[in-house]
Amino acid sequence: MMHTADMLKIFAAHRGDAIVISGRGGKHWMGLSDTIFDLPLGDPAMGGHSGFGLGLALARPDKRVVLFDSEGDILMSLGQLPTIAEQAPANFYHFILDNEVYATTGGQPVPNSKNVDYAMIARGAGYPRAMNIADLETFSAELPGILAAPGPVFVSLKVWPEVENTPIGQRVRWRKKGADQVVKDLRGALG
Amino acid sequence: MTDAAALSPETVMAQMKKNGVTNIVWLPDSETNWLFLLMQADPDLRLVGVTREGHACSIAAGLFAGGKKPMLLIQNTGMMESGDSIRGWLMGLKVPIVLMVGYRGYTRHGVNSDTAATYTERFLMAFGIPFYLVENDGDAERISIAFAEAEKTQGPVVVLVGDEYHGFNR
Repeated sequence: MMHTADMLKIFAAHRGDAIVISGRGGKHWMGLSDTIFDLPLGDPAMGGHSGFGLGLALARPDKRVVLFDSEGDILMSLGQLPTIAEQAPANFYHFILDNEVYATTGGQPVPNSKNVDYAMIARGAGYPRAMNIADLETFSAELPGILAAPGPVFVSLKVWPEVENTPIGQRVRWRKKGADQVVKDLRGALG
Repeated sequence: MTDAAALSPETVMAQMKKNGVTNIVWLPDSETNWLFLLMQADPDLRLVGVTREGHACSIAAGLFAGGKKPMLLIQNTGMMESGDSIRGWLMGLKVPIVLMVGYRGYTRHGVNSDTAATYTERFLMAFGIPFYLVENDGDAERISIAFAEAEKTQGPVVVLVGDEYHGFNR
């Protein structure tokens, strides 16, 4: 298992000029990079990040799009995977953070969390490249190759859960602007 | 030769062109099936097929974020199933978009026996989403009105396609 913050620090060194949809890693990513090309969307509706990433990648084939999705989101929208595989955006890099629980709701287990092989699901849906990575050493070694080759690629990362039990209304808000403003700013920057 | 009493796919395509649509995010249904071959043959349109209508909302939001002008083509049943995605990805991110929605069960002034039709307009009113009914080619300009309203409100606007049987049998 990896700590999400440590994993993202390694990724940051290889990010280049990619657009990063920080997804479930947003809180940690914001401390590493906070530009118009970093998209902390929060959670507009669970299960949709992969679709948003696909749409953005299709719209901007000139930009690499990196998404940090989650296993809970993916399980809610498995049907997105064949759509992504069919569209096959070469600029789309799809990571998921698999912490085996619903961390933001108190850490309840994701169904069959210990036994699901997410890379196998992605390959079965048609992703040409998919892998599971469980430790920082492997992640650090594999990442340059993952980002150097064309997408779409799917990488499931085992991370420690960061369970939140504070009532939602009492949680510290880490996002500086709303998701609509994030999108508006990106459109302005892309021209 | 088109049937003036029906909504022709050529008319819908012309509306898409007129309004600068770049991508169609869609899931097949009986009301809008006839559009598929026309859309597929058009080199300026990119089709993105989905497996569940809610997925179309976040894909469209991503396309919009990247500067494209997507349109959704789905059925009313799937629209109702997509409530949270419409709320979060389209309304929440202020995506100006037209959803062409097949109006399954619509009988104009007949007796409705399909609950898909019963709840369609109620659903849209509950969400506060503007909608226009299109039944034949004479109504086609309402599609452009929907596009204009989506831009003005920076949100989704629905065009209900109330022409199930002409379209299906084409």
